[in-house]
Amino acid sequence: MVNKASGPPDDHDDSTDRGPAIPAVHADGLTVVRGPRTVLRGLAFDVPRGQITGLLGPSGCGKSTLMRSIVGTQAKVTGTLDVLGRPAGHPTLRTRIGYVTQAPSVYDDLTVRQNLDYFAAILAPGRAAADRRHSDVTQTITDVDLTTHADSLAGNLSGGQRSRVSLAVALLGAPELLVLDEPTVGLDPVLRRDLWNLFHDIAARRGATLLISSHVMDEAERCHRLLLMREGEILADDTPEALRTRTHADTVEEAFLHLVDQAVEASRAKEPTR
Amino acid sequence: MTTTTTPNLAPAPTSALSLSRTTATAARVLRQLRHDPRTIAMMILIPCVMLLLLRYVFDGSPRTFDSIGASLLGIFPLITMFLVTSIATLRERTSGTLERLLAMPLGKGDLIAGYALAFGVLAIIQSALATGLAVWFLGLDVIGSPWLLLLVALLDALLGTALGLFVSAFAASEFQAVQFMPAVIFPQLLLCGLFTPRDNMHPVLETISDVLPMSYAVDGMNEVLRHTDMTATFVRDALIVAGCALLVLGLGAATLRRRTA
Repeated sequence: MVNKASGPPDDHDDSTDRGPAIPAVHADGLTVVRGPRTVLRGLAFDVPRGQITGLLGPSGCGKSTLMRSIVGTQAKVTGTLDVLGRPAGHPTLRTRIGYVTQAPSVYDDLTVRQNLDYFAAILAPGRAAADRRHSDVTQTITDVDLTTHADSLAGNLSGGQRSRVSLAVALLGAPELLVLDEPTVGLDPVLRRDLWNLFHDIAARRGATLLISSHVMDEAERCHRLLLMREGEILADDTPEALRTRTHADTVEEAFLHLVDQAVEASRAKEPTR
Repeated sequence: MTTTTTPNLAPAPTSALSLSRTTATAARVLRQLRHDPRTIAMMILIPCVMLLLLRYVFDGSPRTFDSIGASLLGIFPLITMFLVTSIATLRERTSGTLERLLAMPLGKGDLIAGYALAFGVLAIIQSALATGLAVWFLGLDVIGSPWLLLLVALLDALLGTALGLFVSAFAASEFQAVQFMPAVIFPQLLLCGLFTPRDNMHPVLETISDVLPMSYAVDGMNEVLRHTDMTATFVRDALIVAGCALLVLGLGAATLRRRTA
C-alpha cells in the first residue's frame, strides 16, 4: 500500500491528530482488487469529522469493501487511504475505530453481557481498567436497548437483537470513528428511528464520526453528508439537500436514480469513440 | 498487570502477546464451553469409557492393555483437542468474530495462546481422570510416575490444539474440517506404533513415522510405562512433541491474517 503524505501539513504534532483540519477519512486513487475484479476504482473523497456520512448504493457496488478497507481488514488496497490521520490499518487505529460487519459478529454461545465483557477486555485489558470496563459495558447495553436481555444467550435473540449486540460491541470504548455496515437492516421502524437517534447523539455528544452504509434510500435523509456509490465508483459526494437541489429531485432516491441514468448515458457516449 | 494511572482513553498497546488479553480469551473460550455442558461431558467421559472398554477387550492379556492403554492416554487428548479446536476456530472465522478481533488490538499470539490455555485446562482434567482411572482402577501397570504420563498427555493436547488451529485455515466448512481428522490424525495413528512396533514396519513407513509427532507421543508414553526414571529418550520425546506443537502453533498464527480478500 502506497501512502503519500496527505492533506495540508498540520501545525500540531502527529500524535495529536484529532484536529478537525484533518478529515476522518481521506482517500485518493483508492483501488481494491478482489480476485479478477476491480471492486473499487480510484476513489477520491473525504469524510468530515463529527458528522454522519451515509454510504449509499445498490448491493454489490463496493460499500462493504470500502468499509473493510477503512477498518484495515481488506487486502490488496492501493492508493492513499488515511484514517484519523494515519494510514488505514495502522495498529494505533485499532482502539479508535468501531466496526460493525453486515452479519452480526458475536458469539452465539455467550450472553450479551459476556460478549461485551470479552471485547471490552480486548480493548482495555488489565485489572486496573475493570471498573471502567464494567460501566462502559452497562452503558452500551442501555444504548442499544438490550438491558432486559443482558443475560440472554446471543444465539437465542432475534435477528434484530443480535445485530444490536454486534453494534454494542462497536460502541465499546467510545471510538472516534464508527464504521457501520448496514446496521439497520431487518429492524422494525421504531427501532430504526431509535438507532438513528442514537447515531445522532453519538455524533453530537461525543463528536464521533460515523460512516453508515445502507441501501435503503430513505435513511439517507438522516445523514449530514452522502457518498453515493455505483459499480465501484463514487457518483456524488454532497449533503442530501444539495443533491436534491442539483438534480431537481424531491427525494435522495430520485436524485440517485437521476445520477445513475446520467452515468449510464455518459459511459454509453464514450463507448463508440473507442 | 498494574497500570494504575493511565489516562482515560490512552490507546492500549498492541503487543504480540499480552497476558491479560490471553487470559481474557481463554476465559471466553471456557465460558462458551460452559454453555455447552454436553460437549464438556463427552470430552471428559468418552476417553474413560474407551479405556474401560479396552480393559475388558484385553481381559486375557493385561500386557497388551498396558501398552495400548498407555498409548491411548496420549492419543485421546490429541484427537479431542484437534477436533474441538478445528471446529471452534472455523466457527470463529465464519462468524466474523475473527475479523472483528483482528480489527481490534488483539495480537494473533493472544488468540492462539488463549485457545491453547483454555483447551490445555480441559486437557488436564480429561487426562487426569483418564490416567487416574487407568492406573488405579483398571490396573494399568506403569513403572514410571503417573505424573509423567500426565505431562505427555498435556503436550499431546497442545499438539492437537495446534494441529486443529492450523488445519482450520484450510477448511471452508465444518464438513471439510471434520474430514481433516482422517486426513491428519489417522495416518499418524496407524504409523505411531500403536498397532505394531515401528521398527517392524516397511522401512519407508518407518521413516515416515519418524517425522510424525504422534510417534514420539506414543514412544514417550511407553518410556514411562517401562522405566522408573525419566530416561533420556523420554526427555527427547517430550521435547519433540512440545517443539512440534510450538512449530505448528506458529504456522497457525501465520494463517491468521488481519487483511483478507
